[in-house]
Amino acid sequence: MTTLFQQLINGLSLGSIYALLALGYTMVYGIIKLINFAHGDIYMLGAFWGYYTINFWHFNFIFALLSAMVVCAAAGVIIEYFAYRPLRHAPRITALITAIGVSYFLENGMSYLYGADTRNFPQVIKQVNYNLWGVRVSNIQILILGTACLLMILLQLIIKKTKMGRAMRAVSVDPDAAELVGININRTISFTFALGSSMAGAAGVLIGLYYNSIDPLMGMTPGIKAFVAAVVGGIGSIPGASLGGFLIGILETAVQSVGLSAYKDAAVYLVLIIILLVLPAGIFGKNVKEKV
Amino acid sequence: MNNKMIKRVTGIAAIAMSAVIFAGCSTAKTTSQGNDQTGSTVKIGVNLELSGAAAGYGNQMKQGVQMATNEINSKGGVNVNGKKKKIKLIIKDNKTSTSTSASVAAQLVNNDKVNAIIGTATTNAGTAAIPNETKAKVPALSPSATDPNFTLQKNGKAQPYVFRACYQNNFQGGTGAKFVYNNLKAKRVAVLGDNSTDYGTGLAKSFKKQFKGKVVDTQYFSAGDKDFNAILTSFKNKKVDAIYAPGYYSEIGLIIKQARQIGLNVPIVGSDGMADAKLVQIAGAKNASNIYYTTPFSKTVAEKNPTAVKFMNAYKARYHTDAPTFSALAYDSTYMIKQAIESQKSANSVKITKGLANIKDFNGVTGKITIDSKHDANKPIAVEHLNNGKVVGSTQIQ
Repeated sequence: MTTLFQQLINGLSLGSIYALLALGYTMVYGIIKLINFAHGDIYMLGAFWGYYTINFWHFNFIFALLSAMVVCAAAGVIIEYFAYRPLRHAPRITALITAIGVSYFLENGMSYLYGADTRNFPQVIKQVNYNLWGVRVSNIQILILGTACLLMILLQLIIKKTKMGRAMRAVSVDPDAAELVGININRTISFTFALGSSMAGAAGVLIGLYYNSIDPLMGMTPGIKAFVAAVVGGIGSIPGASLGGFLIGILETAVQSVGLSAYKDAAVYLVLIIILLVLPAGIFGKNVKEKV
Repeated sequence: MNNKMIKRVTGIAAIAMSAVIFAGCSTAKTTSQGNDQTGSTVKIGVNLELSGAAAGYGNQMKQGVQMATNEINSKGGVNVNGKKKKIKLIIKDNKTSTSTSASVAAQLVNNDKVNAIIGTATTNAGTAAIPNETKAKVPALSPSATDPNFTLQKNGKAQPYVFRACYQNNFQGGTGAKFVYNNLKAKRVAVLGDNSTDYGTGLAKSFKKQFKGKVVDTQYFSAGDKDFNAILTSFKNKKVDAIYAPGYYSEIGLIIKQARQIGLNVPIVGSDGMADAKLVQIAGAKNASNIYYTTPFSKTVAEKNPTAVKFMNAYKARYHTDAPTFSALAYDSTYMIKQAIESQKSANSVKITKGLANIKDFNGVTGKITIDSKHDANKPIAVEHLNNGKVVGSTQIQ
């Protein structure tokens, strides 16, 4: 029983990272129907930003986290401005291919500039383990889970309660009509990218602290898994992305704990296939018929 | 997708180009024997993983090769039948891809007319390069391809132009198995191997075959994985005495860290892919206790070996960190080619091949190396023991 709870904790910590990443996918998809494959690499940028600020400018953890969110938000806006905005009215596949290109650019650019080696992330917070009824929980696991939940609630508030959030929802429903009622579409889309990328930046710093190892290709697999999480939850749906992230995290942990570790990635992709066949709109997604 | 397209186009172009080149060669090749040394230099091609998944190892090897070459050249070069010839390196990136590795090998042997090749770091990329090297009769010496079949043909005979400077898996995995059973007295062992490389799967297999105790569980991970909590929690639950984890430092470091954090304090035993200063940095010095790994390049053993001391000091002066195993292996590879040239008094590629096959008691950084009939490098093996992130001892295994 304790093992079960221990694995649940492991799954939740892993899942909260996927959830934070999935939010970015789902928001960008919701607003411009683009799967931003470079999102996982923004997460890598966040981790590297945290690495450099903590090592060389001696930032504390909170400040490193917040500054990484700001820097990644800026990176997201810049990528949107230069790579996706010129293709706003191009066919969707063009933008998708561009996204893959941006992803390769970021991965190999960072490998070129800083080397492909794995680096150890500075441990600014000392790890303490708590023993709760036989289940070991570390302060970093609690921190990751707490920060992830806090950011998700904050995001939900921004989208539901602020004027910008209302603009985002309007653009995602119908961009042309939104423009007619006076919403600045470009600014709204930039804001969405900023918001999504800042979540990825936060995830990057958290993962650096948790695993103590970062490298330029670290965004690849988590990025794809977060994409699966977004699809499982219903792409375009914010609560769906959070739920999907946790589900994928727990699924991966469960597969490994029953001794099928070699198939853990396969299991995630199998879930993607099943969801696409059985419930293409995802758990929280609405099934909207497209006009032909 | 775009990328794939480009790859395909370049792939076709490379095939077309090499076809043209081979067509040109086929008439001339009947009489010529390999690539002759021409001009005032000996050309050594370097086919390494400088980008992609294995870039970390490839770049370390490049440093080792360059250091050895600079040393040799600063002393005038290689003695080819009484005349000093400088080494000219032609370094090419195979991008950790089998198809690129094959075309890099073709370019090196046919266009650049190299006399010998150093590379590759990985077994997969190395195997893909073999046909081109064999056709051109140019020897390739891999610093780190460990799969037993890498130097062998399908009929069990040695690949005539392929050598390695490292252990092959059966030897290293078997040593690990003996050490765990005899020295650590562990009877219930879990194996946690890297299944994205032939290195990891090969070692896991040979360990399991040769271990006399009980292998309770075998699990796999792939390069780049960061979360091992689930696997380690289930190991803890199965009450294992030790974990055998063949793989590279980037993942094993994380495995050590996460095992200690969930309170799993059993010995963790690995292979020479762990022998890197980064292992302790990633795991954390406090967590890196009760850690063992089989290695040819033991720091404590090396301190008694003058070649190794010289190498370690020179490396530190130049790159400001402790020398990693891969650099040491690549450094040895370069000197092995030098020795092959000097013993044969010729830098013709076929002669170098003969020289490499005859290397005996070569005094390298990674120990005394003898190339056997299967073109494997035989050298003493040691098990290093880490405590609090420091090497506290090493055991010679017979």
